[in-house]
Amino acid sequence: MIPGPFSYHRPATVADAVKLLSTLGDEARPLAGGHSLVPMMKLRLATPEHLVDLHGIDGLKGIRRDGNRIVIGAMTTQAELLASDDIAKSLPILQEAALLIADPQVRYMGTIGGNVANGDPGNDMPALMMTLGAHYRLEGPGGGRDIAATEFYQGAYFTALEPGEILTAISVALPAAGHGYAYEKLKRKIGDYATAAAAVVLTMAGGKVVSCAIGLTNLHETPLLATDAAKAVIGTSLDAATLKKAAAAAEAIMSPAADARGPVEYRKHVGGIMVTRALQRAASRAK
Amino acid sequence: MNDLTPTREQRTAALEGMGCKRKRVEDARFTQGKGNYVDDLKLPGMLHGDFVRSPHAHARVKSINSEEALKVPGVLAVITAETLKTVNLAWMPTLAGDVQMVLADGKVLFQNQEVAFVVATDRYAADDGINKVVVEYEPLPVVIDPFKAMDKDAPVLREDLAGKTSGAHGPRKHHNHIFEWTVGDKDLTDAAFRKADVTIKEMISYHRTHPSPLETCQCVCSFDKIRGELSIWGTFQAPHVIRTVVALIAKIPEQKIHVISPDVGGGFGNKVGAYPGYICAAVASIVTGKPVKWVEDRIENLTATSFARDYHMTTEIAATKDGKVTGLRVHVLADHGAFDACADPSKWPAGFFNIVTGSYDFPTAHLSVDGIYTNKAPGGVAYRCSFRVTEAAYCIERGMDILAQKLGMDPAELRLKNFIRKEQFPYHSALGWEYDSGDYHTAMKKMMETVDYAGLRKEQAAQRAAFKRGETREIMGLGVSFFTEIVGAGPSKNCDILGIAMFDSCEIRLHPTGAGIARVGTKSTGQGHETTWAQIIATEIGIPADNIMVEEGNTDTAPYGLGTYGSRSTPVAGAAIAMASRKIKAKAQMIAAYKLEVHEDDLEWDIDGFRVKGLPEKTMSMKDICWAAYNSVPPGMEPGLEAVSYYDPPNMTYPFGAYICVMNIDVDTGVYKIRRFYALDDCGTRINPMIIEGQVHGGLTEAFAIAMGQEIRYDPEGNVVTGSFMDFFMPTAVETPHWETDFTVTPSPHHPIGAKGVGESPNVGGVPAFSNAVNDAFSFLGSTHIQMPHDYWRNWKAAKSLGVFAA
Ligand SMILES: Cc1cc2nc3c(=O)[nH]c(=O)nc-3n(C[C@H](O)[C@H](O)[C@H](O)COP(=O)(O)OP(=O)(O)OC[C@H]3O[C@@H](n4cnc5c(N)ncnc54)[C@H](O)[C@@H]3O)c2cc1C
Repeated sequence: MIPGPFSYHRPATVADAVKLLSTLGDEARPLAGGHSLVPMMKLRLATPEHLVDLHGIDGLKGIRRDGNRIVIGAMTTQAELLASDDIAKSLPILQEAALLIADPQVRYMGTIGGNVANGDPGNDMPALMMTLGAHYRLEGPGGGRDIAATEFYQGAYFTALEPGEILTAISVALPAAGHGYAYEKLKRKIGDYATAAAAVVLTMAGGKVVSCAIGLTNLHETPLLATDAAKAVIGTSLDAATLKKAAAAAEAIMSPAADARGPVEYRKHVGGIMVTRALQRAASRAK
Repeated sequence: MNDLTPTREQRTAALEGMGCKRKRVEDARFTQGKGNYVDDLKLPGMLHGDFVRSPHAHARVKSINSEEALKVPGVLAVITAETLKTVNLAWMPTLAGDVQMVLADGKVLFQNQEVAFVVATDRYAADDGINKVVVEYEPLPVVIDPFKAMDKDAPVLREDLAGKTSGAHGPRKHHNHIFEWTVGDKDLTDAAFRKADVTIKEMISYHRTHPSPLETCQCVCSFDKIRGELSIWGTFQAPHVIRTVVALIAKIPEQKIHVISPDVGGGFGNKVGAYPGYICAAVASIVTGKPVKWVEDRIENLTATSFARDYHMTTEIAATKDGKVTGLRVHVLADHGAFDACADPSKWPAGFFNIVTGSYDFPTAHLSVDGIYTNKAPGGVAYRCSFRVTEAAYCIERGMDILAQKLGMDPAELRLKNFIRKEQFPYHSALGWEYDSGDYHTAMKKMMETVDYAGLRKEQAAQRAAFKRGETREIMGLGVSFFTEIVGAGPSKNCDILGIAMFDSCEIRLHPTGAGIARVGTKSTGQGHETTWAQIIATEIGIPADNIMVEEGNTDTAPYGLGTYGSRSTPVAGAAIAMASRKIKAKAQMIAAYKLEVHEDDLEWDIDGFRVKGLPEKTMSMKDICWAAYNSVPPGMEPGLEAVSYYDPPNMTYPFGAYICVMNIDVDTGVYKIRRFYALDDCGTRINPMIIEGQVHGGLTEAFAIAMGQEIRYDPEGNVVTGSFMDFFMPTAVETPHWETDFTVTPSPHHPIGAKGVGESPNVGGVPAFSNAVNDAFSFLGSTHIQMPHDYWRNWKAAKSLGVFAA
């Protein structure tokens, strides 16, 4: 549990950070809250020679409105998300999910940028970002670009980030007024990653589902959008048969690993239950 | 008397003696980060050592190449078994009469076994060095399933034992067999089973887990070449034993070995044994002439230093049809891992497992235990319990529930029917113990009334009916547990460690101003000895507890003691403290008589001093006696006021308790909710009720963890899959249920203050309560026994196998 040797850099601008990362090459890694990267370094599962700390860069923090979108700086911590009135009003599901991440100490340090850029299937924010249709802003040696969260995840710890690129902000369109939402997460204890988790954002009219998106955490090597499951509930009042169908459709795309949280069969089974419960709770909140 | 004269109540209260909820004096430093632990120690020139460990569970070590490692800046030495052979320390004796490799000698026998010790100027360099040591392994077939270890064609694990047909505890039946231990009357027991109306038989496993103290095992060794003295600061629960072991194996004269346990951050049995880290740090210090620190990380602690349990208990009970037990037969397959490094008193290869008849009046019983080797870490320590007592309590408490189910009887009623009755104490059990005192019926009935047991059963019946009607997906279980512990090892007639009788000791020295210091042979690892030991002395000799400093853990200053584990501190050292106090009091009485100019027999003790019988105004306080002891003792008497006592207990003590757990389980996810947990403990005289409550809270939290998920699990290749706190269940305050505590008081008749020890009771009694609750919840669906741990996925699996998901 002792990390290997590394050098530490603390740039003051995004441009400097990008320059450092591209000149130092493959052996350099951005450091945000460090609560995924440092444990990996202590186990020597990650052995970067250079850490480029993003804490010295102004402007990577903060939550602001941009028209009908909310833009969250990559270095915003989970604790800051939880403290934001703006998020409470417009994107309450973000707070519901953030509160289920680890413990207060981790949330004081861990950033939303690090959480979504990490590429660990156990992270909660990526599936949620896909459910919300979020976009990530990336800055690299070739300039800036936007990418949809749904396009970002390629495999466990593999993302669309190109060498030298950093993620600077996340942008989310405001969900419709009166939307219902829920993040259901089954975990063994505080500080554990999900055995299975599901995010649901939906709208209802006249007791029927009008629109719906469902995201799944830790049930595949990448976060998943359960599109068929979401389609199955449109136009229904979420009766028992529909819920069963949706859960089955979601389970069909899950391929979790067996681990100490349980065998594959169990994780898929409770994955279906998380979907069912998230749908029910989201519907009960929709206006 | 004027208004300023304190009342008797005020004088008693001022002492903060026994029975007082005195605040823990050690907490002032612990809660402010001012404790002093081994890792806080920094000596000039100190080096750091760390281990190269085996990735394989069983492999031949073909070669070890340290060349590249020695090139890493800061790396000074790489110690291997070859190095240790030059000082005859490649292997070390274990407490259980086996031998254990210090560093891999030709092969490795479990994953993360110590292979080489890298010594460097700092911890980082040591770890960089570890990554550069090249070890060539040739993997061998592994034995992980204990039930396959004694197959005819099972791989030979311990080649060093080839041809040895007997070990420290008698004959060996197989190359992977360690010992067989039998107790009880086989013929009588077999006859009882033949005659029984009803019998049950179930293989009840108590899975492998780990004590996992917050502070891992660690030490600093410093060898002074000129004086020839070795100082060892370590996280030891038994510092004197460590000193003697070092003297025996390192051949250093015992007076030249200084063992110091500073503050210790939890032990729970993990810090009783001797580990390769200690030997390697000592050798490294001797070789380099510098102090060497070794500190385990969490993964090393969980995977390489002593585990607990791993007992597989085939349990049979015979009974009459109206529920009177007539016989008990238990066979245990005990998985000891690669070396038998069990920390038990020497003649007890399965500890005190023969307490397995529990709280019940079994006319006859028979027990046999087979210890075996597998490719797992060595250990088998008593994780917050007396030796193998928690395994025994689990075995019998599960067994009684299974019997109740078969008889169609309520499990509480079955227990009440079979308890040893109050008038039967002292009670001789069928497996050889003499229970000192108990009042089981009163405790059980108090529990049942307090929680409204009958009401809970009614509620459960309603819940079951609703479940069957499909109105709920939750099932409800009541887990009853009534345990009897056996603690306070122990009487020299049956307990020793490496030939040293398991007494304990206390030395008290009073100062002229009415203050003093007490040094004790035990070592608190969080139990609060500095607080409670002073309370015993306060009551015994009338000096306020605040004026007594308690010191433990330094072998140069403390009298020889066997340390703290197995709930032995209060039963053994607590008695020594009372006896030393009484020696002081006897001398104090002579001084008081002299000063008051009366005969000694004319004096009587009164709270904090002596008074003349019939003349209550004529008194001499202990404080004044202290002063007198240093300036005006009776002619012919030596000045000063101090005493030493070594206490060899006449018997063990037998704490007991009645616990109940109320639990709901969601069959769809396996998620459980502990609705209520009530624990009634009887530990005899209560020294500090607040500390008792704290001990019970801590022990119950561990019991909860063990029963509901905490395990050391291996995959079939012998890889540990629960080697960090991500997967090894360590509950936080959020998961931990609310505890309700209660008590009855049945003093021990043979203990000077009647106290029995309580630190481990909650772990012993708690585990069966949780497991019985889970099993009780599922029983109406047709199951008799579901193995622990009862984590979510296993509960779901149980539900599934019982058909609750049938369409
Ligand atoms: C005990 C514990 C439990 C946890 N449980 C959960 C949980 O249940 N759910 C959950 O979601 N998370 C969990 N986490 C992880 C936690 O949320 C981390 O904080 C988060 O995953 C990473 O964010 P960070 O700011 O700490 O990033 P870091 O650890 O600093 O970085 C993570 C990775 O992302 C890269 N990176 C960071 N920022 C950027 C950026 N702006 N641009 C490009 N690359 C970047 C880094 O190079 C690194 O590879 C847990 C952590 C711990 C220690």
